[in-house]
Amino acid sequence: MSVANSAAERVTGRGRRIRWNVVEQALAGYLFILPAIVELVVFLLGPIIYSFVISFKHFSYLDPLDSHFVGFLNYVHLFEDPVFLRALWNTTVYALVVVPVQTAIAMMLAVIVNRIRGKTIFRVIYYLPSITSTVGVAVIFSFLFQPNGLLNRLLWILFHIQGPDYFNSPIFAFPAIMAVAVWTTAGQFMVIYLAALQEIPEELYEAAAIDGAQGFAMLRYITIPSLRRTTFLVVVLGMIGAFQVFDLVYVISSASSLPQQYTMTVVLDLFEKGFRTMQMGYASAMGFVLFAIILILTLIQQLWLGREDA
Amino acid sequence: MRMATPAPSPSWRRASLWMYAIAVIYAAISLVPFLWSIYTSVKPTSEVFQLFVPWRTLTLSSYTSILENFPFGRWFLNSAIVAFIVTVGNLVVNTFAGYAFARLRFPGRGFLFYVFLGVMMIPGQVVLVPIYMLLAHLGWIDTYVGLTVPFLLSSTMVFLSRQFFLGIPKELEEAARIDGIGYFGMFFRIMLPLARPLLAAQTILTFQGNWNSFLWPLLIGQTTDMYTLPVGLNSFYGQYNAYWNSVMAGMVMLTLPMMVVFIIFQRQFIQGVSQAGLKG
Repeated sequence: MSVANSAAERVTGRGRRIRWNVVEQALAGYLFILPAIVELVVFLLGPIIYSFVISFKHFSYLDPLDSHFVGFLNYVHLFEDPVFLRALWNTTVYALVVVPVQTAIAMMLAVIVNRIRGKTIFRVIYYLPSITSTVGVAVIFSFLFQPNGLLNRLLWILFHIQGPDYFNSPIFAFPAIMAVAVWTTAGQFMVIYLAALQEIPEELYEAAAIDGAQGFAMLRYITIPSLRRTTFLVVVLGMIGAFQVFDLVYVISSASSLPQQYTMTVVLDLFEKGFRTMQMGYASAMGFVLFAIILILTLIQQLWLGREDA
Repeated sequence: MRMATPAPSPSWRRASLWMYAIAVIYAAISLVPFLWSIYTSVKPTSEVFQLFVPWRTLTLSSYTSILENFPFGRWFLNSAIVAFIVTVGNLVVNTFAGYAFARLRFPGRGFLFYVFLGVMMIPGQVVLVPIYMLLAHLGWIDTYVGLTVPFLLSSTMVFLSRQFFLGIPKELEEAARIDGIGYFGMFFRIMLPLARPLLAAQTILTFQGNWNSFLWPLLIGQTTDMYTLPVGLNSFYGQYNAYWNSVMAGMVMLTLPMMVVFIIFQRQFIQGVSQAGLKG
């Protein structure tokens, strides 16, 4: 795409007489890009390299003088560390449950809302959870999920079920967190689906109608296949977000009496190791494992979309 | 039953009743938690778990008491200051870079652009430890500088800005060049006025992201005075979680401003998200 673009630029550049001075233009280019480069180098690339280096070191704020290279030891320890393994397991389960559920809900809501009156108002309402601070969301649901909170009261009134103390229960805490996560993001992905639905050409539906397709057949053979690209994007974005889950588990689990293992996630573990027990090197190694996971997810996305384009 | 025209058939109407039912139920699922929290925030402490309390006992006392006893006002102000500075900074940094990548030719442009693309994949948590150490070294922990300066760049937004500026027709630029306009004039007088939708979407997404941001302000704001609202609410919740009406009052103070902004600018919010999502 960018190759075609610069080729076009060259052609028009040659075609017209009015050209900017090359040196001046390059200078202006560097000036415009300078702030971004400074930010990038100082607060991103530099720290990444530093982080990569200390991930091969024993490095702790508790004894900063005793810092030495340990090779791959941090990485090896990670995969022997029951806390990290639990965090990795929890986060994987979280991603594998939350992402399909939120994607399905988002798609369903988009298809429905696209069809009925009051599209704008529904869209606004569904999107509200997505603009809310996760800390706010965690606090709201900590209250709703109290043993005698609204959810359990409703369960009792409607079905005579006595619900659990969700966030303090080893069985229910993590699933409850996943439910909250779905609630928070489904609306955001619905908006992306809704935009994609507008792009499906009307003729496809008309043609299918002439062939006698109705309701669910339309959905099955036209809508869902046409949304494949969007679905893939939503799944990958969802996965990347899921692997970075922190705010929700942090706020909920720090108010819970439950042992942390039940709600431990990768970033929460990274935070604890880096800033509670001050094992900087170890935490950095953890960061790079997270990076590797996200990189793989992103590359899968790029490969898939690239193939689709070809 | 075959119908070539999309005229509403009986089966179609049934389906749409279903659709309304689902739409309304999910709307309730989205809204009730907020409404219930607001309702709780005006209940007296002794009655927060009552499903319904007499209308006359509703009170704003949880709001006045937390404002008197905790620096919620200060936290609110901190959040507003930080989100404002970061948003303005991002607008400048990202848009400048996007313009340069799209419209100016300079050696290394392609390489730099690939660096930006690569950076988009790196999760912020990877640099948590080193940035903290860097800020500590600079003496920026617990300052506004520390809360804002490291976050003035968003590679995603650089990418989106570039896409936007690529779409502006060449002819426009050439006409301006004939009139003898320079690079900065070109940017400020031709490009920026055209980029209003881009700027609106960026403003909204950046402001929202920063207003709600938690992990970094949690690390960088260390004294109570430098907390932002989410950090403040979290600490308040940790200590006073028996006083649900007060906790919910804090939640309302955190959430309501963003909601009001959202309702006013919902079209731009939603455009921004679908754009960012589609371009990914």
